[in-house]
Amino acid sequence: MNPSDSLSVSGLRIATRRRPGRWIGAALALLALGFIIRGFALGQIDWSIVGRFLTAPAILAGLVNTVLMTICAMALGLSLGVMFAVMMLSPNPVLRVSARLYIWFFRGTPLLLQLLLWFNLALVFPRLGVPLLGSVRTVDVITPFVATLLGLGINQAAYTAEVVRGGLLAIDRGQAEAALAVGMTRFAALRRIVLPQALRLIIPPVGNEVISMVKLTSVASVIQFSEVLRGVQNIYYANARIIELLIVAAIWYLAVVTLLTLGQTLLERHLRPAA
Amino acid sequence: MIVARGLSKRFGRIQALEGVDLDIAAGEIVCLLGPSGSGKSTLLRCINHLERPDAGAVWIDGDLIGFTREGDRLLERDDRSIARQRRRCGMVFQRFNLWPHLTALQNITEGPIRVLATPRETAEREARALLARVGLAGREGASPAQLSGGQQQRVAIARALAMNPDVLLFDEPTSALDPELVAEVLHVMRDLAATGMTMVVVTHELGFAREVAHRAVFMDAGRIVEAGAASDMLTHPTHPRTQAFIQAVMG
Repeated sequence: MNPSDSLSVSGLRIATRRRPGRWIGAALALLALGFIIRGFALGQIDWSIVGRFLTAPAILAGLVNTVLMTICAMALGLSLGVMFAVMMLSPNPVLRVSARLYIWFFRGTPLLLQLLLWFNLALVFPRLGVPLLGSVRTVDVITPFVATLLGLGINQAAYTAEVVRGGLLAIDRGQAEAALAVGMTRFAALRRIVLPQALRLIIPPVGNEVISMVKLTSVASVIQFSEVLRGVQNIYYANARIIELLIVAAIWYLAVVTLLTLGQTLLERHLRPAA
Repeated sequence: MIVARGLSKRFGRIQALEGVDLDIAAGEIVCLLGPSGSGKSTLLRCINHLERPDAGAVWIDGDLIGFTREGDRLLERDDRSIARQRRRCGMVFQRFNLWPHLTALQNITEGPIRVLATPRETAEREARALLARVGLAGREGASPAQLSGGQQQRVAIARALAMNPDVLLFDEPTSALDPELVAEVLHVMRDLAATGMTMVVVTHELGFAREVAHRAVFMDAGRIVEAGAASDMLTHPTHPRTQAFIQAVMG
């Protein structure tokens, strides 16, 4: 190639490469989307009913219960989870085995079964009480809310414990050693130095669990906890508009999950250490 | 001041320490030298009970570290009591071990505030002074990730000093540093040495050992092979193992 040739080439415009594969892929995706939209538009769905019930008081009350339960059950799950994670890493073999047993049981049985067990606790223990302090009837204490909270929270803790344990193990041993070297006790080193770092590490997986918890609350509809799904079921038992009301529920779940996803993104950005 | 007698420690099949005796006087600077795996770090970590010896014991100013004597046996102390004993020893680690979720200043004040219950303002004032002393005035708000290795290690030295320890233990303080950052850390250590601080330093910096240390202790396979005045031992080692090591390190 002679120098004048390369000079003239260097002056040419750079054109975008043709990518027919991308065009075909995009066309197929749009086509599929179109079919789905067309199907729902022409199907036997009365959208006006969806609109009417979207903000029905019973459904909004269910929404509040769903959100409230998500918060309470996650709080219970996270605190118990941290406790069991620490127990699993304890030098005390009895604590380690107890935590393992807990996780084995609550991860090894279906959530639905656990909810039913909690809800029917009165069949095993008709009265609950503390010696000397008296007792109460179990059916008065284990309301659908309490049964759901116990079921979801305790089940969640079994999963969260493993996540937290992973987080704790990911923190370099030197971090705790440096804390011990300035005279902290093992417990102080865990609480002040290791746990804060581990918790930061587990925010992405716990965020996912919060999102799945929003949807798990719907399982509690079987034990009469009045969350969103229970709310729409009560209505469609009366008016037989099953699909319309299920769409209402889907819209609310999507709305809550979308907000949570946004919150999670912001939180992660906020916690990312300024490098 | 520090007395170690008959220290032994085994990790699985490796005998890290085998009957080590060592005496360190107040104000003395002792360098522990030797090939990797020779037990220098284990010996250092036994002094503040980060490692529990299998046999033998360490005394600091007559206090038995990590154990209490009950008749003819040694009983390990409880967590709180060991933590209290560790306050007398500051420790500087090879990989700095600064706490990444805290700023440089918070790394230094955490110990005084949480362990000594020093009021926050006092702790922060002292921490600022310590940062200035290690040449990092103005970097109070920096997070460890924003600092170079040399700067992190200097913050770590300030963190150890904040507890007003009687002894400073250095575990290969410059081994994880880029070569051009070693000097700034050694400079801070020289300044410390000049204040009369008792220092035990595990290091491969033979130059530092020769100039600054009063005494050098050469270890191999969990035993002390040779010990003596640092300048003497490093220029005229008597034991063949020491000779070979010094020749290898000096190149």
